[in-house]
Amino acid sequence: MEALLHQIFAGLASGSIYASIGLALVMIYRSTHHLNFAQGEMATFSTFIAWWLIEGGWPYWGVFVFTVAVSFAGGVLLQRLVLRPLEKAPVLTNVIVFIGLLVIFNALSGWLFDYTIKAFRSPFPRDAFYASRFLSAHEVGAMVVMLCVLAALYLFFRFSSLGLAMRAAAQNPESARLVGIRVSWMLAIGWGLAAAIGAVAGMMVAPIVFLDPGMMAGILLYGFASALLGGIDNPWGAVVGGLIVGVLENLLGAYIIGTELKLTVALLLIVAILTLKPDGLFGRTTVSRV
Amino acid sequence: MGSIRIGLAILGLAVAAATGPAAAQKKYDPGASDKEIKVGHIGPYSGPASAYGRIGQAIKAYFDKVNADGGINGRKIAFITLDDGYNPARTVEQARKLVEQEEVLLLFQSLGTPSNSAIHKYMNQRKVPQLFVATGATKWGDPKNYPWTMGWQPSYQSEAKIYARHLLETKPDGKVAVLYQNDDYGKDYLEGFVAGLGEKAKTMIVARASYEVTDATIDSQMVTLKSSGADVFFNVTTPKFAAQAIKKAAELDWKPLHYLNSVSNSVASVMKPAGVEAGIGIISGFYIMDPTDPNFQKTKGFGAWSDWMDKYQPGGDKKDNFNVYGYTVAQTLEQVLKQCGDELTRANVMKQAASLDLTLPMLIDGINIKTGPADFYPIEGEELRRFDGASWASMGKVYGE
Amino acid sequence: MSSITNPAGAMPAAPDTEADAVTATAAPRRAWRAWAGVALLLLVLLLLPFLLKNYRVFQLTLVLVYAIAVLGLNLLTGYNGQISLGHGAFYALGAYIAAILMDRYAIPYWGTLPAAFLACLVLGFLMGFPALRLGGLHLALATFALAVAMPQMLKWKGIEHMTGGVQGIVLAKPEPPFDFSLFGVELGADRWLFMFTLGIAALMFWLAANLVRGRIGRALVAIRDHPIAASAMGINLAIFKSLTFGISAAYTGVAGALGGIAVAFVAPDSFPAFLSLSLLVGAVVGGLGTIWGAVFGAVFIQFVPNIAEGVSKSAPAAIYGICLIGLMYLAPTGVMGILRKVFERLRRR
Repeated sequence: MEALLHQIFAGLASGSIYASIGLALVMIYRSTHHLNFAQGEMATFSTFIAWWLIEGGWPYWGVFVFTVAVSFAGGVLLQRLVLRPLEKAPVLTNVIVFIGLLVIFNALSGWLFDYTIKAFRSPFPRDAFYASRFLSAHEVGAMVVMLCVLAALYLFFRFSSLGLAMRAAAQNPESARLVGIRVSWMLAIGWGLAAAIGAVAGMMVAPIVFLDPGMMAGILLYGFASALLGGIDNPWGAVVGGLIVGVLENLLGAYIIGTELKLTVALLLIVAILTLKPDGLFGRTTVSRV
Repeated sequence: MGSIRIGLAILGLAVAAATGPAAAQKKYDPGASDKEIKVGHIGPYSGPASAYGRIGQAIKAYFDKVNADGGINGRKIAFITLDDGYNPARTVEQARKLVEQEEVLLLFQSLGTPSNSAIHKYMNQRKVPQLFVATGATKWGDPKNYPWTMGWQPSYQSEAKIYARHLLETKPDGKVAVLYQNDDYGKDYLEGFVAGLGEKAKTMIVARASYEVTDATIDSQMVTLKSSGADVFFNVTTPKFAAQAIKKAAELDWKPLHYLNSVSNSVASVMKPAGVEAGIGIISGFYIMDPTDPNFQKTKGFGAWSDWMDKYQPGGDKKDNFNVYGYTVAQTLEQVLKQCGDELTRANVMKQAASLDLTLPMLIDGINIKTGPADFYPIEGEELRRFDGASWASMGKVYGE
Repeated sequence: MSSITNPAGAMPAAPDTEADAVTATAAPRRAWRAWAGVALLLLVLLLLPFLLKNYRVFQLTLVLVYAIAVLGLNLLTGYNGQISLGHGAFYALGAYIAAILMDRYAIPYWGTLPAAFLACLVLGFLMGFPALRLGGLHLALATFALAVAMPQMLKWKGIEHMTGGVQGIVLAKPEPPFDFSLFGVELGADRWLFMFTLGIAALMFWLAANLVRGRIGRALVAIRDHPIAASAMGINLAIFKSLTFGISAAYTGVAGALGGIAVAFVAPDSFPAFLSLSLLVGAVVGGLGTIWGAVFGAVFIQFVPNIAEGVSKSAPAAIYGICLIGLMYLAPTGVMGILRKVFERLRRR
């Protein structure tokens, strides 16, 4: 029983890792209707920058804020410089550019910071009151941070005019332009926000899995799965999806099929769920008129 | 009488003339010349195993030093290293490029078991040395069938057998949990461990869990292993996951007798990130010096290594044992090439590689490199050491020689 | 216009039929010229191996292999609009089928190709049914998941006695069936394999070209661009889409088999998820919705990583990424898109 609880909680912890990347992906999808393959590598790169600054002696929370800001700026810059010329290009051309970015960021991380693993500081003290034998202090802290990001996202999109403008720009760029929304800048801000969320995700994940250029490689797929499972345009869905994927993966591996086929079965299940419910568990069913 | 003596003298001179210059004759295979020796190398500079790219860089830095000191018998080493991304299909391509296009004399320290398996047949068909491969798989020491391939480090199976032996000696009623990477390397260690325990394997090993390199964390596996009730832990993981495992074991409050495979016993890359208190008591096998051990730091060999690091890899990490590994294996090749003299043929390279008997400064005391025509395992000994929170302290005994 | 259903903004098949209709009398002459061009190309390719070293011939063989694989992906994604990020899995399957048949059942190398084709055809067809339910992004994820899970499935203990598990299977390179030399250079295993692969590639390209130029091709494009109209016109979406999946998988499976034979080794690590991404890169870079684009795409994915390594030792992947992005700027519809524009300009003069 104890072991089962352990597995479930461990699953929730890893699920929140998947969910945080899933949130970044939802962010980018909502604002640009594209899925950015390079999200994971961008997050890793941001985390390396933070690591470097902390090694240099800067205080943690200062570095945190700075890295988020720099990542936001970087995301905006990326959209303006690299992606804007391709706004009118076919979807798959953009996908190839994302793959190119993935490769570039990964290579940059490795070249600048080399491939040995690095420990990343956690802002949550080891023996805090919320630490338990099931979840370490950092795991709890990371989940709370993720929920805060989720809440902020939800409020932003639902209640702020900028959020509304961004949703409009993604859904119907032509009409949005007619109403005076600067669509191009909406896309740029979307990228910036996604990069910022990615940076937060990276800094929360790194203390658990250790920082190295390949940190997000395995997580990205699960991040995609979480986002799609929950409905690609729904931040709540991404979080719930992530937690489901994390727990499912652990329970399957521990009790049902053993660790040697864990990945295979987890992914098969995700595909099965998507086949049965194509819009994800919480996605909006889009009806198109012929 | 006189004519016979003169005849004998002439005969003697003729024989001397025939054998004398022949000994000083130079013989070259592709890749060798009066000026240089081309050495090929393939390593994972990208992809899932890119942490090991550091070894190739260390080797190159060592050959830079050799060249600066005048080279080997007056010849400089041209070190050509290529990336295979740990993908065996690409290793085949790069090996063919090195052999057929760059025309290297030999292939040195290619890394990875599947990568080397992919080119095993090719290298032997082509009769090009596949020397001192960077993997501990047992199958490289097979001179009868594959006379052109030789490993270098102690094989994973022999290392695992050492742990098994130690376990049977110190805790014969222990219950063992094994965490292993789901590939060649992980399974090789596991096989050796099971073989080392003999009949007791079935009763002693109570839990096994594997993981993929693409897994984010191994937390779930650690929970499973702890809940099996095991009090011995055999940890067959690569550095990133080793650090995770050590950390998680501490978090779960699990303090088993912990055997850590030698691939992941670096203080800089594993013990420190995991948290040094979490690592106290862990046992691992060593054949090269741990550069953080204060006892090693007092030796002359360490001093020379440290100077080399300062000059040829400034800014390099002196706590990273990949830099010791690369240094030592490069020195082994240096010795082989020195022994070849002016006869730089591929056959002679293998012959000299199979006649080694030397100790090197960064090898642990008591461990040497010895090969013979039927013994293609250069290093077989390992010393067990226990982590004390700062470095790995010797437990006194060298196994396996 | 680009959309999820026509993610490539790919070239419609219309221009060919238009041109044929308008220049009905010129058609035989144009066809003759096309055939002559192809024949010339084949002749050059047959002579080329005797002028190059073995290693280069080996690389060219890999280019042909990738060309067939990318062509398969192109049929599905370019012509039919279904995004697959998992074709590496079919490539791996074909390679393993060839390896197991050659190694365990002593089937000659040429006999493994039909087996790989059929097996991947059936599997691809079966995969086509759930794919019907999954739209663009979901299908992309599902296929990507397949690509990521493939290495683990190949390592599974249950089939280890057949697949060799993590160790993989070592194959013997096929020897040429007859002795031959040209310009003083012997035929040898590498050159023979190149010829063999060239023959298979020519056959598969010819089949694919016929497929897309006819009614089936138009049906595929119709399904991609206007699925509702297509089904209103009587095209059975389910069967067509699944069949396309099957044929696309079969092509890539044959490519995988040829690739495994060329490299003479298969192991789970040879088929990482990045292989599937590379095939997609090849398809887009070459030009989606074109037949010849596959060749350009294959040249890209085979040679650009090597060139990148020559340029930068410390971060070759970054050079590859930069080349990729640069190419997408210059040619958003791929190399074939650029070539078409060039030909149009020349024709106008």
